Amino acid sequence: MVTIGRRGTLGLAAGLAMPAVWARAQGAGASPGIKIGLVAVQTGPAASLGTHLRDGFLLGLKHLDGKLGGLPAEVVQIDDELRPEVAVTKVRAALERDKVDVVAGVVFSNILAAIIRPVTESGTLLISTNAGPSTFAGRGCNPNFFTTSYNNDQVHSVMGQAAQDAGHKRVFVLTPNYQAGRDAVAGFKSRFKGEVVDEVYVPLNQLDFSAELAKIAAAKPDALFTFMPGGLGVNLVRQYRQAGLGNIEFLSTFTVDEATLPAQGDAAVGFYAAATWAPNMDNPQNLRFVRDFEAAYNYVPASYAAQSYDAAMLLDSAVRRVGGKIADKDALRAAVRAADFRSVRGNFKFGANHYPVQDFWLCKVAKRADGKFQTETVRKVLENDTDPYAAECRMR
Amino acid sequence: MSLGLLLVQALNGLQFGVLLFLVAAGLTLVFGVMDFINLAHGVQYMLGAYLGASLAAMTGSFWLALLLALPAALALGLLLEWLVFRHLYDRDHLSQVLATFGVILFLNQAVRAIWGSAPLQMPVPALLEGGIALMPGLQYPIYRLAILAAGLLTAALLWLLVERTRVGALVRAGASNAAMVAALGVDIRRLFMLVFGFGAMLAGFAGVMAAPVLSVDPGMGDSVLILAFVVIVIGGIGSVRGAFLAALLVGLIETLGRSLLPDLLRLVMAASPARQAGAAIGSMLVYIAMALILAVRPRGLFPVRG
Repeated sequence: MVTIGRRGTLGLAAGLAMPAVWARAQGAGASPGIKIGLVAVQTGPAASLGTHLRDGFLLGLKHLDGKLGGLPAEVVQIDDELRPEVAVTKVRAALERDKVDVVAGVVFSNILAAIIRPVTESGTLLISTNAGPSTFAGRGCNPNFFTTSYNNDQVHSVMGQAAQDAGHKRVFVLTPNYQAGRDAVAGFKSRFKGEVVDEVYVPLNQLDFSAELAKIAAAKPDALFTFMPGGLGVNLVRQYRQAGLGNIEFLSTFTVDEATLPAQGDAAVGFYAAATWAPNMDNPQNLRFVRDFEAAYNYVPASYAAQSYDAAMLLDSAVRRVGGKIADKDALRAAVRAADFRSVRGNFKFGANHYPVQDFWLCKVAKRADGKFQTETVRKVLENDTDPYAAECRMR
Repeated sequence: MSLGLLLVQALNGLQFGVLLFLVAAGLTLVFGVMDFINLAHGVQYMLGAYLGASLAAMTGSFWLALLLALPAALALGLLLEWLVFRHLYDRDHLSQVLATFGVILFLNQAVRAIWGSAPLQMPVPALLEGGIALMPGLQYPIYRLAILAAGLLTAALLWLLVERTRVGALVRAGASNAAMVAALGVDIRRLFMLVFGFGAMLAGFAGVMAAPVLSVDPGMGDSVLILAFVVIVIGGIGSVRGAFLAALLVGLIETLGRSLLPDLLRLVMAASPARQAGAAIGSMLVYIAMALILAVRPRGLFPVRG
């Protein structure tokens, strides 16, 4: 304890006195490796999403022989417990005590919002592998912040476009009654031009959807658009099928994916999701990713895993590009920005706001020959789509 | 809104109410008879669902799973009673709340360690698959009608047990004056254990019945627990009859309020604010009703204690 305390004080004093020199000394010092702080929730009902995220990143490292751009990589795992104040404390500790070079991961937007300043203001790169709120896509964009996922709003609007393309005239909308739910409705409506027969908002702790299902049946829409993450989606999907509403197209975002499908099972088959990636995408890096992921962890990866795998590949390409000199933050940032790696999604590059410019797909749930469930691509809805906030971003 | 839809919504409300009753019945007995606040009651409901889901996966039969899950839930309840709760009967409510809250944390984490944090599914038994067309386009699942029937049957059996048997008489006597019952020579500890095990089994039964409809995940008990407490407070603590009526009332208020309010508000407001206000007030309605009932009848609808 005493040693740590003394070293901490020493570090603090040195840091205050001559930050630049000290930082360089650290980079060029004893450790030739690279340390990644991986923020993945492991507590509470959302822990399975954090597990997907973590396993995806670790598989990426395994494929790279435990190295990023030739440097031996060490992962410091951080469980944010889905509590912003806990996330900030633990991430600060990772930055100051463990001296991580990059922070990656983060499933939820509220956790990202809590840690983005502590991380980026210390000059450390933050690579979100899932959370992609519009807050940091427009005016709030940040040179040290990247995301390998998408802007949430984009995904909802893709489903709006898909409903429009499918020729649906009357759509029923059902989302939870909180900010993200209202954003989902706005995103959907931004591209869907038909009639929204009714918008129903439910509490976030809703268990039983029977009242809403009766309303849907009475309204007789062409399709349902819904955003019901996690356990909400499990309940909705199964009750929707049980109520015999399966003939009304089920268009959803973040509701049916490989994280919830084991619990939804047959009830979800044929239901639609909007996504940037699906396990069946036919390119060499994805075939290898999915095959090895299932062999190593014995479950079907969801997008959280794919985006984190991509983040490992992205970091590898960036460290390689700067020749392992990760202490030069400007060069490293530019190298990440170049996104010189092969994504499991195929097309991938960063826009001006460091959010990806990529294709968006309509996906459908299918049961595989081995009895497991996955989403599969149906058609490309948007090609090389830039997120709507990118134009407002002025990188400083 | 058509009459057909209204009737379906009322049925939905009753069915949800009956499910709440199954959870609340055990809670009200334990609270009423033993004067013991058991926050872990919701976790016992969760354990029932988990036992049901994994036994169904193992045996491939819903009925066998139900049959095996009940004694397992009973055994777990008795184990908890012996291990933890028995030492708390003489302590004040705050200690009970703290200790049983600890049990919630422990069991939620244990469930996560054993079954993982991803939700599980339990299939609807083949016999009860499919639905009845109660209104055009909507198949009312037979399984939900089965929940309704099972709940009503349980309520009737409980009523018989509590009102017409010797054990029931002791339970009622315990609820109104436990010290006097003990003074009359009844082994109150054994009665407590019996009531507690029975309550745990009822919660487990509710969990198994709910598993094919609701998602089985760690923490599923927590949201039910709050409503169950509302139910027993409205019904009058310790009263099975009160819990039954209050559960149906809460189920109806919750379901009808949620579905009708946005439409009603639209008569006086613009569509968009009406939807959001309706949703917000709809989820508060149960608690508003509880406050109103308690203002008029502070001991609930059917108070037990004299």
